Amino acid sequence: MTRGRIRARLRRSHLHPFSCLRPNANNEEPHPLSGPGFSRIVHCNRPDRHLKKPLKYCSNYISTTKYNIATFLPKALYEQFYRVANFYFLVAAGLSLTAVAPFSPLSMIAPLAFVVGISMLKEALEDWRRFAQDMKVNSRKASVHKGDGVFGYKPWQKIQVGDVVKVEKDQFFPADLLLLSASYDDGVSYVETMNLDGETNLKVKRSLEVTLPLEDDEAFKNFTGTIKCEDPNPSLYTFIGNFEYEQQVYPLDPSQILLRDSKLRNTAYVYGVVIFTGFDSKVMQNSTKSPSKRSKIEKKMDKIIYILLSLLLLISSISSIGFAVKIKLQMPDWWYMQPLNPDSLYDPDQPSKSGLAHLVTALILYGYLIPISLYVSIEIVKVFQARFINQDIQMYDEESGNTAQARTSNLNEELGQVDTILSDKTGTLTCNQMDFLKCSIAGTAYGIRSSEVEVAAEKQMAMDLEEQDTQITNGSRCRKSAHNSWEDSRGGPEIELESVITSKCENDQKPAIKGFSFEDNKLMDGNWLKEPNTEVILLFFRILAICQTAVPELNEETGMFTYEAESPDEAAFLVAAREFGFEFCKRTQSSVFIREKYTHPGQLIEREFKILNLLEFTSKRKRMSVIVQDEDGQILLLCKGADSIIFDRLSKNGRVYETTTAKHLNDYGEVGLRTLALAYKKLDESEYSAWNDEFVKAKTSISADREAMLELVADMMEKDLILIGATAVEDKLQKGVPQCIDKLAQAGLKIWVLTGDKMETAINIGFSCSLLRQGMKQICITVMNSDAVAQESKQAVKENISMQITNASQMVKLEKDPHAAFALIIDGKTLSYALEDDMKHQFLALAVVCASVICCRVSPKQKALVTRLVKEGTGKTTLAIGDGANDVGMIQEADIGVGISGVEGMQAVMASDFSISQFRFLERLLVVHGHWCYKRIAQMICYFFYKNIAFGLTLFYFEAFTAFSGQSVYNDWYMLLFNVILTSLPVISLGVFEQDVSSEVCLQFPALYQQGPKNLFFDWYRILGWMGNGLYTSLVIFILNIMIFYNQAFRAEGQTADMAAMGATMFSCIITAVNCQIALTMSHFTWIQHLFVWGSVTTWYLFLLLFGMLPPYYSEDAHKILVEALGPAPIYWCTILLVTVACNLPYLAHISFQRCFNPMDHHIIQEIKYYKKDVEDQHMWRRERSKARQETKIGFTARVDAKIRQLKGKLQRRSSTLILPNCMPSPCQ
Amino acid sequence: MRLEFVWNIEFQKMEMLSSSTSHTPELILYEFKQQNLPACKPVLKPSYVVEIVDRYDSECVPGAFRGNKVSFIKDSSLPKNCSRILKVRKHMKAPIYIYYHLDNYYQNHRRYVKSRSDQQLLHGLKSSNTGSCEPEESNNGLPVVPCGLIAWSLFNDTYTLIRGIKKMSINRKNIAWKSDRDSKFGKQVYPHNFQNGTLIGGGKLDPNIPLSDQEDLIVWMRTAAFPSFRKLYGRIEEDLEADDVIVVHLMNNYNTYSFGGKKKLVLSTSSWLGGRNDFLGVAYISVGGSSIILSIVFLLFHIKIPR
Repeated sequence: MTRGRIRARLRRSHLHPFSCLRPNANNEEPHPLSGPGFSRIVHCNRPDRHLKKPLKYCSNYISTTKYNIATFLPKALYEQFYRVANFYFLVAAGLSLTAVAPFSPLSMIAPLAFVVGISMLKEALEDWRRFAQDMKVNSRKASVHKGDGVFGYKPWQKIQVGDVVKVEKDQFFPADLLLLSASYDDGVSYVETMNLDGETNLKVKRSLEVTLPLEDDEAFKNFTGTIKCEDPNPSLYTFIGNFEYEQQVYPLDPSQILLRDSKLRNTAYVYGVVIFTGFDSKVMQNSTKSPSKRSKIEKKMDKIIYILLSLLLLISSISSIGFAVKIKLQMPDWWYMQPLNPDSLYDPDQPSKSGLAHLVTALILYGYLIPISLYVSIEIVKVFQARFINQDIQMYDEESGNTAQARTSNLNEELGQVDTILSDKTGTLTCNQMDFLKCSIAGTAYGIRSSEVEVAAEKQMAMDLEEQDTQITNGSRCRKSAHNSWEDSRGGPEIELESVITSKCENDQKPAIKGFSFEDNKLMDGNWLKEPNTEVILLFFRILAICQTAVPELNEETGMFTYEAESPDEAAFLVAAREFGFEFCKRTQSSVFIREKYTHPGQLIEREFKILNLLEFTSKRKRMSVIVQDEDGQILLLCKGADSIIFDRLSKNGRVYETTTAKHLNDYGEVGLRTLALAYKKLDESEYSAWNDEFVKAKTSISADREAMLELVADMMEKDLILIGATAVEDKLQKGVPQCIDKLAQAGLKIWVLTGDKMETAINIGFSCSLLRQGMKQICITVMNSDAVAQESKQAVKENISMQITNASQMVKLEKDPHAAFALIIDGKTLSYALEDDMKHQFLALAVVCASVICCRVSPKQKALVTRLVKEGTGKTTLAIGDGANDVGMIQEADIGVGISGVEGMQAVMASDFSISQFRFLERLLVVHGHWCYKRIAQMICYFFYKNIAFGLTLFYFEAFTAFSGQSVYNDWYMLLFNVILTSLPVISLGVFEQDVSSEVCLQFPALYQQGPKNLFFDWYRILGWMGNGLYTSLVIFILNIMIFYNQAFRAEGQTADMAAMGATMFSCIITAVNCQIALTMSHFTWIQHLFVWGSVTTWYLFLLLFGMLPPYYSEDAHKILVEALGPAPIYWCTILLVTVACNLPYLAHISFQRCFNPMDHHIIQEIKYYKKDVEDQHMWRRERSKARQETKIGFTARVDAKIRQLKGKLQRRSSTLILPNCMPSPCQ
Repeated sequence: MRLEFVWNIEFQKMEMLSSSTSHTPELILYEFKQQNLPACKPVLKPSYVVEIVDRYDSECVPGAFRGNKVSFIKDSSLPKNCSRILKVRKHMKAPIYIYYHLDNYYQNHRRYVKSRSDQQLLHGLKSSNTGSCEPEESNNGLPVVPCGLIAWSLFNDTYTLIRGIKKMSINRKNIAWKSDRDSKFGKQVYPHNFQNGTLIGGGKLDPNIPLSDQEDLIVWMRTAAFPSFRKLYGRIEEDLEADDVIVVHLMNNYNTYSFGGKKKLVLSTSSWLGGRNDFLGVAYISVGGSSIILSIVFLLFHIKIPR
């Protein structure tokens, strides 16, 4: 509190001459609020008035659950029976109560109840988890005015419209608030809106002048006022309202509104009045109902079910027509059925009526074609898979203590089919922390530590070199020469590789100081005094320390200053300056105090720099300047900004270091660093005062174009600069991001970056995570100078963009070099045109041919739109990954949404299907779990259809022998158990435990992943193959059985087989055959699989034995069938053996053939592993591994390849023509 | 008459030298030392199944009725006895099984299969759970035991076999499953009101014999899986020599003429695999053969195109 008070004396508004323009009092007309859409009235500090209608607004309680107690049953039941198969079984169960049913009602209803019950239980559990999450948010505490100037804590859900809330630093706003006052005297506060729009720089909010006196708790004792404003709406950037206070009406605009889920930063506390609560708040209005997603496989599965339903209909019709014909023509002759005493179902006089009734019977009877337990088995399997994902220790983040979470288990297999990843940047790829890494001063580069990209590329290069070495030993001459030249080139001075190769950086040596990873003894510890150009270096450090808008804060424990800066870059500069011995220690209204350590050896001198003017950083200006007067009275303009901007503004004599600095900047950019150029100029007193007069004039002008005038004046000052150097800051990537992106690229995935950040930042990150590299052709699509264009007609702009896209497409098409890579960079404004219906396909066509796509300054809505475009335009599976509320749209839109947990703000995680705590876990999530889950589910579904066709069709064949009467050869109980017990566990174990290759191998051979996106295991060829196998199996089982048991005695005692013996034998054959089939399908046997597969076969015999023991009342025709009839008959066992072998022989031949002559990637790897080739023959193993990389143009591996190609090319050209090639020019800026 | 060979394993038991009453460890040890342990000695020798099949349905209709067999069979006043002569081609070892073989007879029809009451078969009149027996549930207001179409249509042809001048005894006991006799057909349940209706189906039952002893009924009520089926009639417990001539006196009572079904009398021996079954052997050989061919093909491929 005290700290806040001290700082509060500062008026922050002078630091923001541009964005903090306070509208002049003269034109403060209240908004004319009338008509619909502006009905909301808020009585400030009088929440009691909002207790009843019409002023009763929705509470601040939020709920993201799908159901509540009352709606659960109907809604969940509806969801269940919305599925075709379940609906069919519901109808069948209903009909089973009537006489037409061929089975007892119990055998129809019990499995359905079981299946639906389990599914609903799962739904309930998942919804309960969502409810628990909501409760966590709803019960967060906020400080609320309770009357008489007393504030007390209340849970968020109890907050009402009209409440006065006090929010302290680093807390989230509990609802949409009107800012009344802040700890700073002028009502300025800083807000981080990362959760809303993903932007990391702080937003300035300021209160109305009139409410400034409300600066402590006491002041709210008698505070009242009325707000009339717009109705709840989802627009984050607009707000229209009026504030009536002390008989005056003041207009409100968005800069007084603090939005829910944004966070108070750099400000001790604020007071605000609640305007919108709960679902009325802007962020909630923005949230869409999370759509229920279904995986592609599941959608395809529905199609298969439709196919089976038509097959079912077909055979039922055949059956009922056959029945009708038989009954009409033959039944009158069957005296033993008393045709003259018919019941309605078997009436020879009304064959069509009986036939229709029989159709229903047949539809139920052959229902075994449709696997009732398919859905529930898949759901069980997915729950297990999700649990395995959750418990994967390799995806456990030790820092946050979070594991990966599969929040919905519906999409596990979709993880294995991802084609395009759409990633957010801040918080996802980067951890939003800047590290000062390198600098270039007076044309000399400092800083020896490598960026993460360099380190990663270096490792890869070392590995490739080693590989080449081994290849040379094989005696390939051409390679040898390449290698020799490679050796030569390493010494070549024009090739900048030594830094990559030689700088051995210890990864584990973490920077001790946050924001500072600089390492170079030439500058540290005052050694810079020994360098040439000491003056320039001194100035460089001073610019770092002075040219900023931060506030220092003394850390009591360490005695060090920490800085609260608007952007993390600035904080990194200040930390760097401090480390270099220029400690920024105090800021007053007009001065900045710097403690200089080394300028006077042995002394700590505190210098004061008078800030005369501050020209702040805006994204349009791309630079920031301060005009300071040092203690000697010298006036200096210190400027930092984007290199292109600064270079344009240099004076003639200020370009001494331009070429070297430009080269360094280029190098820094290449290794993914964020760069700024620093410059200064000296000013005369007179020159300055002349300018200042104009500046003040511009500042105080009332006209509308004040902003433009200010800019113009600033522009006049910021020219004829003298360049002194450049800084390189590493936007800290999250751990393992380049490696992960590289692996994902090798796995054949396309990665798009969608960020709300500036284009430069985005490009930098593109470089640092190897999505971009030098030599890649960058296609920038932008609208030229935004403001001028705004005046132009929309049509012209669109034409312009269309032209750009067409040109770029042409360029891509005409490119001959197979290694050429293109990068598409597009900004949000352009995107808004490019996403319009008439242009989006053109845009998409261009985007898909580019190796990487970066969209910058995109709004959350646009992120979702881009995602939808990719999803619908390409028809491939998309995965969106993000961490903030601004990513929610895209996470929900994409086929799979992944949220990064761990950072504050749970919106993204709440909306996501999977959450991981680090981007790098995405690799394992996709390449290992995705791959596994995809194959498991695909195989499982195929097998399911196989076994049900194999079983269901035997029923049909038997029908033909019973005059299509609808009699089943099996006991009801066998059939009931078939799906539920006897064949379900093995297939579940297949779905849960199957691994074609182990997880390490998956990671080593990322190209294996392509089996998913190419859908090799669930294409129609394979599905129909399995169905064909089912058909074959059913035929073999039936034909062999009838031939063997036709009419002969089946045992030595002379008895012939009756229907019960026949049915039990056929069923035994089916159980053995389908279980052996699944054993052939599996490639990974643990004791669990053994137990389930062989256990299922055993269970059948055990069941038959025990069921036969029951009195005949229960066991009916199965009474003692195994003990007495079948067991002692050798022919029974012979038949089972024969049928099982005959059923599985073709499949065995097929897989043997595949393996021998058409092996798939995983077959080869399995064999290599099996023969322990990886241990014995390291070389071969590595060769296979490098072959298993998917051709890719992004990632550092591609970068290394490109570099090697470039070097080879250079050497060839040098030897022939002796002309050095030019570097690829990048058309981007 | 057809023959079938099956390799049969016969066990010859060694007689024990010493008295078998005492099984003391010392004795076992002694037998072991003296290599006199009781043993079985499998002797593989071909065994075969001899089968005589005789279709009699049309032959047993007198010439005058050949054009209208149905009226013949329905006319209860006409004598139904008929004689057939069977020649034994090959030695038939006892036991020889006698089957009747019906054709085109849908014993597996749903209406037919359902038309029985297991409860009633076990508990007789005490059970009222006979709804499934329609349309043969009751007659003249009295319940029928055994009810249902299956029992009602009981097969009632009878056979008498005469070799030379001597009538051969046909053992008609133990032709049904023991479990059926013991626990599915009541020992205290006697036929009641059976075949008393206007519509007479098949055979009648002796109302003084409990159902558990009516083995023809028990066999008949094990419904066959296919429209062409054999059911066990009885057993001859003496060998038939080759060239024996057997005269069969049969009562051709059962109506298969209305639906054109054949009737056959079958005499067959059995092996450990049951009756004559060429198919099993053929199937085994072909499946085994294709396995061998496949393995050779893959072997050749493997040699030709090594990986």
